[in-house]
Amino acid sequence: MNYPTLALLTIFILSVFVGFEVISKVSSMLHTPLMSGANAIHGIIVIGAMTVLATSHGILQLTIGFIAVVFATINVVGGFVVTDRMLEMFKGRQPAKQAADSGAQR
Amino acid sequence: MTRSQVIESVYLICAVCFILALKGLSSPKTARTGNLIGAGGMVLAVLATFADKRMAHLPLMIAGIVIGIAVGIPAARQIKMTAMPQMVAIFNGVGGGAAALVGLLEFTQHPDVAVARTLAVILAAVIGGVSFTGSIITFLKLQEIMSGRPIVYPGAKFGNIGLVIAAVVFGVLTASTGSAWWLVALLVVSMLFGVAFVLPVGGADVPVVISLLNAFTGLAVAASGFVLNNVLLIVAGTLVGASGTLLTQLMSKAMGRSIANVLFGAFAGSTMGSTAEVGGDRPVKSSSAEDIGVLLAYSHKVVIVPGYGLAVAQAQHTIHELAGLLESKGVEVSYAIHPVAGRMPGHMNVLLAEANVPYEQLKEMDEINPEFDRTDVALVVGANDVVNPAARDTPSAPIYGMPILDVDHASNVIFLKRSMRPGFAGIENELLFDGKTTLLFGDAKKSLTDLVSAVKSN
Repeated sequence: MNYPTLALLTIFILSVFVGFEVISKVSSMLHTPLMSGANAIHGIIVIGAMTVLATSHGILQLTIGFIAVVFATINVVGGFVVTDRMLEMFKGRQPAKQAADSGAQR
Repeated sequence: MTRSQVIESVYLICAVCFILALKGLSSPKTARTGNLIGAGGMVLAVLATFADKRMAHLPLMIAGIVIGIAVGIPAARQIKMTAMPQMVAIFNGVGGGAAALVGLLEFTQHPDVAVARTLAVILAAVIGGVSFTGSIITFLKLQEIMSGRPIVYPGAKFGNIGLVIAAVVFGVLTASTGSAWWLVALLVVSMLFGVAFVLPVGGADVPVVISLLNAFTGLAVAASGFVLNNVLLIVAGTLVGASGTLLTQLMSKAMGRSIANVLFGAFAGSTMGSTAEVGGDRPVKSSSAEDIGVLLAYSHKVVIVPGYGLAVAQAQHTIHELAGLLESKGVEVSYAIHPVAGRMPGHMNVLLAEANVPYEQLKEMDEINPEFDRTDVALVVGANDVVNPAARDTPSAPIYGMPILDVDHASNVIFLKRSMRPGFAGIENELLFDGKTTLLFGDAKKSLTDLVSAVKSN
């Protein structure tokens, strides 16, 4: 689908506000996992890489597109797995966790 | 509905997934679920993209994804928790590199794009290129392949100005000629700028830069979304760009620094180099594990200050054992967690959680600082900069203004250290030479094991 530039700009501006709003109450304990999780999300560039690889012609373009897909996939997969590993350590102690959290938000 | 409408609808669901993922990640209760929702959205997005009519070169594409998975999963699984910040940096860097390549490739394929889209191509290449090489330098610094000290080469300011001018010129040439080769030149300049941008940042500040580069990559992804007319790329990239910027601010606030100070502090000519040489052979008081064990066993209140050294030595389990032993002898034990203990905000919480240390014992800086006055022993394990009183008292110190743990208010201070080497910020700690300070040299894990047996025998 082809969107007018203004529509894309509108989406961009609204997303800025959502991005600020959605993490405004994070405790410092979660800064590292949050950064890592956000890092995985920008791996969405993988769909962009797939799109440009699909329309590539010639060995040079195909090579660049291929590298982009590999890079983006590493970003996605590595990002989500390492975030999950961090968060795994917090599991199974909900009550204590909440106490620590409310302490952090004072 | 047409096929492309179906794909767009799936993309909308993915965008919602990413928002919920970030929302989930900002609370401990929902963090893990949030991450999984994000991963689910990602899988959905990739599957939807495969359904696009324009798809071609499928074997090559699938090979690329398989290789990416084969590299990414083992790297993420095997990395030690202590080395995790630099791993995140690398994942971020390749993402930025991918965004730059996507912009470049789209421009090569369709050079006759409109002004707005050409601008987006340029932004994707510049920001993505900076993020790529910048992240590699942060990796090299944190992995200690490169010195953690700020590096400023002579004429660095002019070099940077030259790079900016070159970038503007190549940008204008790209837009006016529509030639991809100018874009390649711009990409190269951006990558050089990424290196020049991170080199002068001191080791302790590097995590803030990782967070900033993370936000950069988000924006590069959003820019390539404009190029490709892809709403999902715009939404997801912008979410990360905005939240990453906010997170960077929160982090530098936790360290008592402004972002400008983190990035350009080295150019202001800090005294870092000279102060590190002080006290080469000044006397310090060191002692044996037995003596310190006695002191600990007969204290009322002990506060443990864990730092990066503890993490490196993988001693989090041993310190948990020591704490348990002291408690069984009636000693009140708590852990003082500096917001940037370890290498990133929250890093130490992750490591201690790994060792099953109960949350109630972990105290944040503001909560523990008033308690040091009635603390008998502050046991500093592998931390240095976060307890350095210079941050409070010496305006010329590079870390001046960083909030610290007031361990110097405790009756006794014990440092477990490998050597007299200064901390990550590269500055001397006067507290080491104080009369109430005792040092126990050695690897943190071995020292703690010795302390455990010393306390046991008392």
